[in-house]
Amino acid sequence: MSPNLKRTQWLAAAAVLLGIAAIAEISAYAEILLGERRSGYADLAPDTKAMQDDDTANPGMLWVQDGEALWNAKSGAANRACADCHDDARATMTGVAARYPAFDTKLGRPVDLEQRINLCRVERQQASAFAYESKELLSLSAFIGKQSRGEPIAPLADERLRPFLEAGREQFNRRQGQLNLSCGQCHDDNWGKRLAGSLIPQAHPTGYPLYRLEWQAVGSLQRRLRNCIVGMRAEPYEYGAPEYVSLELYLVWRARGLPIETPAVRP
Amino acid sequence: MASALINVPKKANRGDVIEIKTLISHIMETGFRHSTTGVPIPRDIITSFVCTYNNEEIFRAVLYPAIAANPFFIFTTIATESGTIEFTWRGDNGFSATESASIIVE
Repeated sequence: MSPNLKRTQWLAAAAVLLGIAAIAEISAYAEILLGERRSGYADLAPDTKAMQDDDTANPGMLWVQDGEALWNAKSGAANRACADCHDDARATMTGVAARYPAFDTKLGRPVDLEQRINLCRVERQQASAFAYESKELLSLSAFIGKQSRGEPIAPLADERLRPFLEAGREQFNRRQGQLNLSCGQCHDDNWGKRLAGSLIPQAHPTGYPLYRLEWQAVGSLQRRLRNCIVGMRAEPYEYGAPEYVSLELYLVWRARGLPIETPAVRP
Repeated sequence: MASALINVPKKANRGDVIEIKTLISHIMETGFRHSTTGVPIPRDIITSFVCTYNNEEIFRAVLYPAIAANPFFIFTTIATESGTIEFTWRGDNGFSATESASIIVE
């Protein structure tokens, strides 16, 4: 009878494991309560907070400064500057970064702020698009983002965005890579705990493009997403891929109401 | 594009200790790294920083490859008289940048 008993025990153990797996599956879809959300800023060391708060100590401001020069520089075959259409960014760009990604009617899909800048460059300035992570694109997006500092993240209530938002949500909760992890397993279920020595943040994109001490430079949200995707040992998408934009769309929706910090500083 | 951010108080009382902050954009490539194809990346760093107060040197720093990108300095001096505070950074490949700020001492 002993082999049968062993078999029963094994089945019981398997059933318990399946039960645990089922609970884990459900909790993977539990979103953070609105009131419990916090920017990564809250978990910074005091000296990093001080660096972000002081505009003459925040290295991201070097990019903002360059971005302002680009904003006012004439460019392309049209020989027009951003400022020629949009005037003074301090007045016209307030809150703009807080509502991207937005739907582009011509493309029939959402575009993020970097892609919007490049659309403007190609269509209105008749210039060549800036490369992703180029100093120029980061500087302009940092300068435009800075104009929304303190404004709450306000994703557009646009029905056309809904399928892309849902695609982003699905991506966030989908297990991927050799480690078979989903974004949500870290950032929804285990934020505040540690992954090796590092604190797991809630992953709210409040300060992009931001200065990362590890990078010793300003980088975009897409660069950060690639970091995480490579960390899960999955294949990152090409820069500018629609998958990033839908993920950004979901992250922004998830962070709705939190204030913009661009250019933020993170370790 | 070398850009710098300077923070010098606009006004100070004579004899006050004032704090000066400078931040400059620079990649500070160490010279110890190799590209993905194995070619050494040549050193490109800022090697010296000098601050003068009405043409008198008040602060000097020598920089080495271990210093992070976008070097940031905070130092103090005593406000003695109104005038100009000048900052000069020099480095590899003929790098040179100059900024200045004026201060009123009462």
